[in-house]
Amino acid sequence: MLQYSLRRLLIGAGMLIALSMLIFLLLRLTPGDPIDAYIDPNIPMSPAQLSDLRSQLGLDQPLPVQYVAWLREALTGNLGFSIKRQDQPVLSLVLSRIAPTVLLMGSALVMAIMAGIITGVVSAVRRNSVADLSFSVFALAGISSPPFLSALIGLYIFAVSLNWAPSGGMLTPGAEFSIGDLLHHLVLPAALLSIAQAALIMRYTRASMLEVLNQDYVRTARAKGVKEFWVIAKHALRNALLPVVTLIGSTIGLAIGGAIFIESVFNWPGMGLLLVNAVETRDYPVIMGSTLIIGACVIVVNLLTDITYAVIDPRIKVG
Amino acid sequence: MLARTPRPSPGPTARAFHRFGHNRAALFGVGVIVPMLLLILSYPLWWTFKPNDIDLLAMNSGPTATHWFGTDGVGRDVFARVLEGGRISLLVAVASTVISAIIGFLVGAISALAGRWTDAVTMRFVDLVMTLPPVIFLLVLASIAGTGIWPTVLVISLLSWPLLSRMIRSRLLELRERDFVMASRGMGAGLGHLLFRHGLPNSIDILVVYATLQIANAILLEAGLSFLGLGIAPPAASWGNMLNAARSTAVLEQFPWQWLFPGGALVLAVLAINFIGDGLRDAFDPRAELN
Repeated sequence: MLQYSLRRLLIGAGMLIALSMLIFLLLRLTPGDPIDAYIDPNIPMSPAQLSDLRSQLGLDQPLPVQYVAWLREALTGNLGFSIKRQDQPVLSLVLSRIAPTVLLMGSALVMAIMAGIITGVVSAVRRNSVADLSFSVFALAGISSPPFLSALIGLYIFAVSLNWAPSGGMLTPGAEFSIGDLLHHLVLPAALLSIAQAALIMRYTRASMLEVLNQDYVRTARAKGVKEFWVIAKHALRNALLPVVTLIGSTIGLAIGGAIFIESVFNWPGMGLLLVNAVETRDYPVIMGSTLIIGACVIVVNLLTDITYAVIDPRIKVG
Repeated sequence: MLARTPRPSPGPTARAFHRFGHNRAALFGVGVIVPMLLLILSYPLWWTFKPNDIDLLAMNSGPTATHWFGTDGVGRDVFARVLEGGRISLLVAVASTVISAIIGFLVGAISALAGRWTDAVTMRFVDLVMTLPPVIFLLVLASIAGTGIWPTVLVISLLSWPLLSRMIRSRLLELRERDFVMASRGMGAGLGHLLFRHGLPNSIDILVVYATLQIANAILLEAGLSFLGLGIAPPAASWGNMLNAARSTAVLEQFPWQWLFPGGALVLAVLAINFIGDGLRDAFDPRAELN
């Protein structure tokens, strides 16, 4: 078990380094010289001064040397400075955006798990009923509608027409901080973000439940007189949830993709909005820093999913 | 003596067509996408308005008999723009699918046939690209490539080939051990012969299914990029950048026809193409008749 976890950890670290190389290369291949972003265009500089500055900054070195120099700084927490936001350090910019994104994605995940598992179980138990059919249609719609469109429709219905929720932001500007205000702003974007994940979880739970309900141990439980509710909630559901756990880990990518759109529609001050703004203004240090941190999070979540799965399902061959 | 069947039994392709013809979801998909394509391709012939014509007497007007889908903020006809947007979305989707299918096939096939080291290196690279959520790479690539039709095509195709290359690789790894391929190698066939004479015909089903599903996927990616203002730049129309207009509260609240119609067209097209793709996958699956 320990050996398995360690090996997965090593692979994860290798992936992260390779990812940083890939992104470093991609961004150094961009048209334009990094020096242009560094200098003030209003102060004229001679070519000799420019080349001095270039060698001072190490930009005349070969790419691998530049990469190692960059990596050494990155490991100590220096991810460079934003070009467009008054030279703020990238690390603190990104770190300040993590909490809102985690809050949004975490609440969406909790909603998706609850909604997905409950509807999935109901659909499987009442197979081919009206409820099953309507949940399945809803899941199909949830999987096939792109997050930006469902965000717009949700905004139109709940914020504009019904006026139940504010149309954007995380807190009311100028008002004093309160949990109620935060929740009021959080519910709608989180619910919209959870749709795609809930739909996937529902489909998987339904399929997995249908399979488990035919197993011998479920028949045994019924035969020995266990109440139907407990047969489903305990004997069947606990086993049916095993494959769903891995699914939840692998939908994290989907959720990050969705969060980028939801954050930019709802003006939610998270990583997604930061990244989109950085791409719009071609703020390469911020693009690179936030991509790396998102990549690190995805790799860590995948690692945790693999390890959790090995812990809860002893049938997985470890090694 | 064995009894002979009077008629020859249908071949695998005929059976696949038969299965596809009995798949109601797939037929629904065809029934939606064919009229849509006809409308999109033929609209300049019969529709009075051009996508960038400005009607100063009807700005932000709702759907009427003259402007079926209403007009936008500068008086352009939304119906014409939805159809023109469909042209651009489909152009981007088809072009990027063709490019990514070529890259994916070549990478997958070379990886399977060219030896262990090439295989290890390319497959680790594919793993790496597939770790990050696609939208993130999409944004990084878009920040380098810029806006416009061809940069968008480039970005989407560079992002989409890894999945195909994995499928092609696993198919060809199996094929490589088959006798006719061994024989062909024994007789001195080069890589090119193996790729196009044996590899391509034997993975055509994977390519067809991939291409269909990838067109739907690419339409969504293009719409997403344009929605964020990074794909097709106005004044060119695309379903994504028409939805982008709805990020202004006035358009979202007061002129819903300006974004509901392109949104509806987008979902309808994607759903229909996905149904066709799933239908094709089931039709080509040789195990389908066992159930």
